[in-house]
Amino acid sequence: MTAVTLVSAEVSPRRRLKVLASQEALLAIAVIGLAIAVGLYNPRFLAARNLSDVLLGNAYIAVAAVGMSIVIVSGNIDISVGALIGVLATISGTLAVNGAPIVVAWLAALVAGVVVMALQGVIIAYLRIPAIVVTLGMLSILKGGLISLTGGKWITDLPDSFHLADIELFGMLPFPVFLMIAVTILAALWMRYSASGRAIYAVGGNAEAARLCGISQPRTIVMVFALHGLFAGAAALLYATQLRVIQSTVPPNLELTIITASVVGGVSILGGVGTVVGSTLAAVLIAEIASALVFIDVSPYWIRAVQGVLILVTVIADILRRRRMAGA
Amino acid sequence: MSEIPLPQAAKRVMPWWLLRHETMLAVILLIALIGLGSMNSRFLTLDNLLNQGRLTTEVGLIALPMTFIIITGGIDLSVGSIVGLCAILLGYSWKVFGFPLPLAIGFSLFIGGVAGFLNGIVITRVKVPPLIMTIATLALYRGLAEGISQARSVRGYPEWFYFIGQDNLFGVPAQLWLLLIAIVVTAIVLDRTTFGRTLYAIGNNETAARFSGLPVDRVKLIIYTLSGLMAGLSACVLVSRVTTTRSDMGIGYELDVIAAVVLGGTSIFGGIGTIWGTVVGLAMIQLLKNGLALTGVKGDATIVVIGTVLILSTLVASSLQRRREGV
Repeated sequence: MTAVTLVSAEVSPRRRLKVLASQEALLAIAVIGLAIAVGLYNPRFLAARNLSDVLLGNAYIAVAAVGMSIVIVSGNIDISVGALIGVLATISGTLAVNGAPIVVAWLAALVAGVVVMALQGVIIAYLRIPAIVVTLGMLSILKGGLISLTGGKWITDLPDSFHLADIELFGMLPFPVFLMIAVTILAALWMRYSASGRAIYAVGGNAEAARLCGISQPRTIVMVFALHGLFAGAAALLYATQLRVIQSTVPPNLELTIITASVVGGVSILGGVGTVVGSTLAAVLIAEIASALVFIDVSPYWIRAVQGVLILVTVIADILRRRRMAGA
Repeated sequence: MSEIPLPQAAKRVMPWWLLRHETMLAVILLIALIGLGSMNSRFLTLDNLLNQGRLTTEVGLIALPMTFIIITGGIDLSVGSIVGLCAILLGYSWKVFGFPLPLAIGFSLFIGGVAGFLNGIVITRVKVPPLIMTIATLALYRGLAEGISQARSVRGYPEWFYFIGQDNLFGVPAQLWLLLIAIVVTAIVLDRTTFGRTLYAIGNNETAARFSGLPVDRVKLIIYTLSGLMAGLSACVLVSRVTTTRSDMGIGYELDVIAAVVLGGTSIFGGIGTIWGTVVGLAMIQLLKNGLALTGVKGDATIVVIGTVLILSTLVASSLQRRREGV
């Protein structure tokens, strides 16, 4: 731990920028290269309809991955987010069906997301319980609670105005894609240029140094988790409103997809390094791979194995790169 | 983790406290037994208790090596996925490759060991944190199970194979013997061997253990491999009990296993823990499930309780520890 922290402190900002830029450039190239390669094999993959379906159907993963990236940069992890998104979607849908004003139904998901995540942040930061224990416990509380309260019943007859995902801005830009881009840019700017954003890197990079600089570690962590809850709420709304029904269950292994996007996007699992632009690109790449499997006649059942390999390769590459930089 | 001051290490292995923690747990367990027994007459019968032992074996076999891993300050989240992968490979190699069943069992145990070894080798050589490594393989191993099986199940095993999962030996469920042997062996290893004491040394202060010339990496490699191997064994017992193989087997096992270990007094920060604690933790989790089921609570609600128990027991343990250390 100590050695690694020293290394990241020694790297000059410009060099770090270059390394990160290369991760993002690499992802962008991968997204385009894969599209071309699969397109050559099966031109139907490049149909506008398919590409927009891939983006629309997975924008919520990118939005949630932005929050996850912030959490990982702060040196924590959250495996409860998939279950939380299921719960928030159900809360919002239930309110909408039972005649609550649509805005209230939307806001409820955001508020509940912030409350649950902030609570976890408090337990992690002030009671000093490792994030993995707290979020593993919360995962089962949310999952079990949701299924035993709803019995996994589908929510149907949602009012038309509830469907946030149907909105098109300027007549062409679908709202989920707009939200994905807006959230990514705002979060990237905030993390890069604001004091509270920089504090997250400080806490994740070297908690003791951050403390000596007058940054409150517990407060930063609670803030990070509250924000993550907000993004989870937004992701839940996109998830809930993209279909005509809400299945009140937990989307299986959603948290793994979200963590994969963050890690593959270049967020270092050792904390202190990473940007949300990379995580959004990675979320798009993963969605693209999942769709590509179908077009190159590979069973979609392999997608999770592909995710596992992706995490493994990125994590090992990240650690080896840091080690090489430490040696140089 | 790195900010924990050194002097704690010496105090941590105070035997009286360990004793007290387990006594405390045992007393709670006893009260729970009596309480549940008085609420439901079917609960406190030998038949029911033995049957609960049968049901807890699969999680129990994994919880023993997990105790080792958590004592060193590590974690293994991939165990549930290894169970899935081994179960699929057991069925697949028997049905599709045409392996004789004993060979298929050996093959599935071998793959479990390889899966654990892969975790261990990357954790020790590349220094990937165990949490991240095993999240990655949680996805990878489950993905392999799904990819290989294409979500098809395998059933129709020969009759003798069901012995271990469904029959009794000397009046006790057959797989419970496996668990008992594993408990005794791991308890002796942890308490009475250099290997076992090395685990505590790593958990208390890994750098110091390294400088003391202890084979830290080799020991870690062994325990992660053991964890995979036991998950493979657990998969065989599970398949034998439920008579079918599916790729979603073992999902969520990591929750039960970690909850049992932590409830049993093993510190999630490393350096503290016993096999006996884990055994009591296992018993409590299983009786909790059974007791809730008998009082009419559905299965999904019991995982709410287990999640809460996991968080609360960590909270209590860490606040007790902090008070003892006067922080």
